[in-house]
Amino acid sequence: MNKERRIRVLVAKPGLDGHDRGARIIARAYRDAGFEVVYSGLHQTPEEVVQAAIQEDVDMIGLSSLAGAHMYLFPRVVELLKEKNADDILVCGGGIFPEEDIPKLKNAGIKEVFTPGTPLTEIVNWVKENVKPRGL
Amino acid sequence: MFNKKSLEDIANEEKKWQKLFNEYTLKAPERLKRFSTVSDRPIKNIYTPLDIEDLDYPKEIAFPGIYPFTRGVQPTMYRGRLWTMRMFAGLGSAKDTNERFHLLVNEGQTGLSTAFDMPTLMGYDTDSPRSRGECGKCGVAIDSLKDMEILFDGLPIDKITTSMTINPPASILWAMYIAMAENRGIDRRIIGGTIQNDMLKEFIAQKTFMCPPKPSMRLITDTVEFGTKEVPRWNTISISGYHIREAGSTAVQELAFTLADGIAYVEAALERGLDIDAFAPRLSFFFNSHLDFFEEIAKFRAARRMWSRIMKERFKAKDERSLWLRFHTQTAGCSLTAQQPYNNVIRTSLEALAAVLGGTQSLHTNSLDEVLAIPTEEAATIALRTQQIIAEESGVANTIDPLGGSFFVERLTRDMEEEAFEYIKKIDDMGGMVAAIERNYPQMEIADAAYKYQLQVDSQEKTVVGVNKYVSEEEIPIEILQIDEELEEKQIKWLNEVKENRDNTKVKEVLEKLGEACEGNSNLMPVIIEAVKAYATEQEITDVFRDVFGVYRDPGVY
Repeated sequence: MNKERRIRVLVAKPGLDGHDRGARIIARAYRDAGFEVVYSGLHQTPEEVVQAAIQEDVDMIGLSSLAGAHMYLFPRVVELLKEKNADDILVCGGGIFPEEDIPKLKNAGIKEVFTPGTPLTEIVNWVKENVKPRGL
Repeated sequence: MFNKKSLEDIANEEKKWQKLFNEYTLKAPERLKRFSTVSDRPIKNIYTPLDIEDLDYPKEIAFPGIYPFTRGVQPTMYRGRLWTMRMFAGLGSAKDTNERFHLLVNEGQTGLSTAFDMPTLMGYDTDSPRSRGECGKCGVAIDSLKDMEILFDGLPIDKITTSMTINPPASILWAMYIAMAENRGIDRRIIGGTIQNDMLKEFIAQKTFMCPPKPSMRLITDTVEFGTKEVPRWNTISISGYHIREAGSTAVQELAFTLADGIAYVEAALERGLDIDAFAPRLSFFFNSHLDFFEEIAKFRAARRMWSRIMKERFKAKDERSLWLRFHTQTAGCSLTAQQPYNNVIRTSLEALAAVLGGTQSLHTNSLDEVLAIPTEEAATIALRTQQIIAEESGVANTIDPLGGSFFVERLTRDMEEEAFEYIKKIDDMGGMVAAIERNYPQMEIADAAYKYQLQVDSQEKTVVGVNKYVSEEEIPIEILQIDEELEEKQIKWLNEVKENRDNTKVKEVLEKLGEACEGNSNLMPVIIEAVKAYATEQEITDVFRDVFGVYRDPGVY
């Protein structure tokens, strides 16, 4: 019988972007919502993000970007997950994105993109509805 | 300031008025359960002379240019000269940014301010694997002196001052600026400007990291010492609260942590053996101007009074200029919204007005599209016009410190000073700011304040127009600036050309010399200048720093 497993999330800051106010707030909100949270800290390469995600056996990676390098970094994470046969880990993103980049990110495998002003409850509920603990 | 009899009369009148107020609110309650600032400071329904009954005008407020400088650091303030209109700008290549600089100067800005891209800020060249996808995206890409030369081409740097927002590699970018000036025949004793160069607030808030706190302090002290002796018109540190506030702190935390950082820098310079009056006049500050109008004005006034008291009483500075808190202000980026972006023009206007009423020396106003991208020319021009209209049309600069004497503002100024000093004492008891940072104290205070504020917005306790109130059914997208995707490749090509055309033997030699100097304790600025003049790249130099001083990694606390 499978016991109730909590959703495990990696909140990650890929690239050189140091804006971490939102990522740290999201991490707390996830924690308060009962998820198991791993926060990567700043300045992670896409390789480091994927390695952490696999090592920590997470169900979802939340990528944060506010410095404009998302079009390289986010698809690269998805690509690396595929290479490592870990593409059942869901990837979503949050931060600052020009409108026209959002469909491109989704096409590249980013499940959902959260933009400024999104209430925390909306994000938490989205995760609850869309992320299933892996291997269940 | 008020005589005893008047105060008694006022107290009686106030009692009657509060009774009347309560009668009214029984019939129709106040429109909010709680009235508070954006920092969540509760605000009363009225302020009277009773709130400042023991105010000693000469001692506590005084006149502009007179200790403790509550009303302004110079006697003439804006009657003599308006604040410097200094618009933060940087995008793409050095040439792209040079064009933006020229535009802003032509439109009337009176000081230059440089925004660098993430690789430059973090000490990586454009061809580093870590820089992939980041070139020119949030500021200008500078890899070597060659880029610096292009960046300031055609600009009168002997007449206009330049600010550079740069932290771990500040010594290097400053060296490039000095080298660029000298190559143009402009003496280092003439050039004026500022390097942000404030690592303590990086560990606390902005998070552009490179080396650990202790060697970072050494590098900063080297620049202060060098500036004091060789580049006298340069502000070698811009002790910053802006980023602390952007990370989510309250106004009092912004005030307290900034001044506590200042105290740490003063102590480091004194430990180096510098004379306080030799370097203190060139310490400068940088504050946020956020949404709550009066809280910000009070904060700026409290900052001036606090710093002059710290410098006089704690550090025994003798020169008047050592007591001056001179500051640049930027309107709050974090207060702007992606929704209904034109609303941001109004937000920026109010914040700019607060900064002016607070007596700022220099001001950057955010553009309406700043939440979404680097500003377009049109948006940046409107932001500049905001300052010009305040200066020329509103009348607020006709008299100095117009809000001085307001019962509300003087009370707020005092309260914020008192609370900020409490924080400073706490930090002193921990052993100073470096120790406090190592314990994650300011970082966690900020994280707590940021989370609290977010919950208040989500519960609609705090309103954000266009986001949780007066929301548009449909957002009309505005045109935003795009950075050329081909730039990264071009920049790498130009970087390789620089490496091919320079004397690589000389570069190798000077980098070795730098490594030895880092191991020792000589001032690093002369050898850094030598290195940049030989066209060593930024990362070639930072790699030496990382090698000798170590690398700081984010502890990742939340």
